[in-house]
Amino acid sequence: MAKQKDIKINIGAVIDEPGSSLKNKTGGWRSMRPVVVKGKCVGCGLCAGFCPDSAIKIVNKKIVINYDYCKGCGICAVECPNKAIYREKEKK
Amino acid sequence: MKQKKIKGKQKSSQKIHTEMIKNNGINNTRKVLECSQAIAEAVRLCRPGVIAAYPITPQTHIVEQLAEFESHGKLNSKYINVESEHSAMSACIGAQAAGVRTFTASNSQGLALMSEMLFIASGLRLPIVMAISNRALSAPINIWNDQSDTIAQRDSSWIQLYCESSQEAFDTTIQAYKIAEKCSLPIMVCVDGFTLSHVWEPVFTLKQEDVDSFLPSYNPANKLDIDNPKTFGPIGGPASYIYFKKQQQEAMLDSIYLIKQVNSEFSKKFSRIYGDGLIETYKFENAESAIVAMGSVCGTIRTVIDELRKKGKKIGMLKVKCFRPFPNNEILKTCKNLKNIAVIDKDISFGNAGALFTEIKAALKDTNVKMNNFIAGLGGKDITQEDILKIYSKLGQKEEIEWIL
Repeated sequence: MAKQKDIKINIGAVIDEPGSSLKNKTGGWRSMRPVVVKGKCVGCGLCAGFCPDSAIKIVNKKIVINYDYCKGCGICAVECPNKAIYREKEKK
Repeated sequence: MKQKKIKGKQKSSQKIHTEMIKNNGINNTRKVLECSQAIAEAVRLCRPGVIAAYPITPQTHIVEQLAEFESHGKLNSKYINVESEHSAMSACIGAQAAGVRTFTASNSQGLALMSEMLFIASGLRLPIVMAISNRALSAPINIWNDQSDTIAQRDSSWIQLYCESSQEAFDTTIQAYKIAEKCSLPIMVCVDGFTLSHVWEPVFTLKQEDVDSFLPSYNPANKLDIDNPKTFGPIGGPASYIYFKKQQQEAMLDSIYLIKQVNSEFSKKFSRIYGDGLIETYKFENAESAIVAMGSVCGTIRTVIDELRKKGKKIGMLKVKCFRPFPNNEILKTCKNLKNIAVIDKDISFGNAGALFTEIKAALKDTNVKMNNFIAGLGGKDITQEDILKIYSKLGQKEEIEWIL
């Protein structure tokens, strides 16, 4: 959780700095971690399209999950037609 | 949206008796207006960029008049017809966040439907001005006047100003924009439905250039702008929410000084004054007791006080104009040496007492003033001079709360 000293108390809670939500690394909320099975991913990109946090990118025809923002919802694992993503318990 | 100067002479569809009176170097035009028209005229002079409203009796005449101004080209505003009061306030919030003045009007069921958005407007610190023609809340359904609708919204962090006359409503509406924009808080300008909103009386109106010199154009520090993106209405989690609320409370308390300041600034410029902007006393010299009330009933009380004073009774009236923020210190200073106070409430906080009474009692907790509460005029029941005399005769009685039936 962000600490108060990190938050500017602007009048009306206006955020006057664009793009600042990147600072809030919501990956810390995750309890189940999606893991890509090497060799199984064909880079179709279906999971990237479904990811509600835009936390999946396709690099060189393979997916890369950004764990700073992935909340671990598991939609990618459900949607993957090749069963290339499985979920494991997040280790603290 | 840029606010352009309205060109051309103004003609109204209604025949209005006018006379010009020069006062303090300012040209005042005296017109016979309905209070609702006076409010609409004041709003027009404040050049709102967006008006969004949904009609509800007895507020309809205000927005009807504004719609007429707009369609006749006398008002350069975007007039949005919305499907509900909830949408009316939502439209005002969006427009105000985009950097223009806004106006809406409502009451009773409409205000209750709008309630959710009221808290958002104040939380976002948007200086929206809304006129209220106070009306009772259903059930049973009732379109007549009492103040329970706005009293029910007292914790919404909107400044609430209650007016006694059409002139005060006109002047307060212009002051409201200035106060709101200085403290970034929304304001309700309340007039009693029918009892005041539908009353025709002479009103001194102002010229556009005089209002422009009193009320500068609206340039908020933060607004929605695609070239300079900002976020309005983000999440405020447990780590930050309480700090925003504390900031809001501080702004609300500071607005006490702003209301006083704008009231005295207005009086210097236009020679009309309403007490200190928060409260107004009437015949308080050597008074031993006082009747306290809000809104149009104060006019009736003044007449009764005159009669009682002629008979040598030491009684005065305290009009509470500003209910939120509540002027605790001003009331304490004014009333601490009185023996008796009768508080007339046109509302009831069920399970306790009238809302104004509860506040007055808290303000005077360290004094020996004996206080009585009279619940009167609910649902449009007239409060007559006889009722006020009855209240006077019951000053200092044992029973704390009594209904004037």
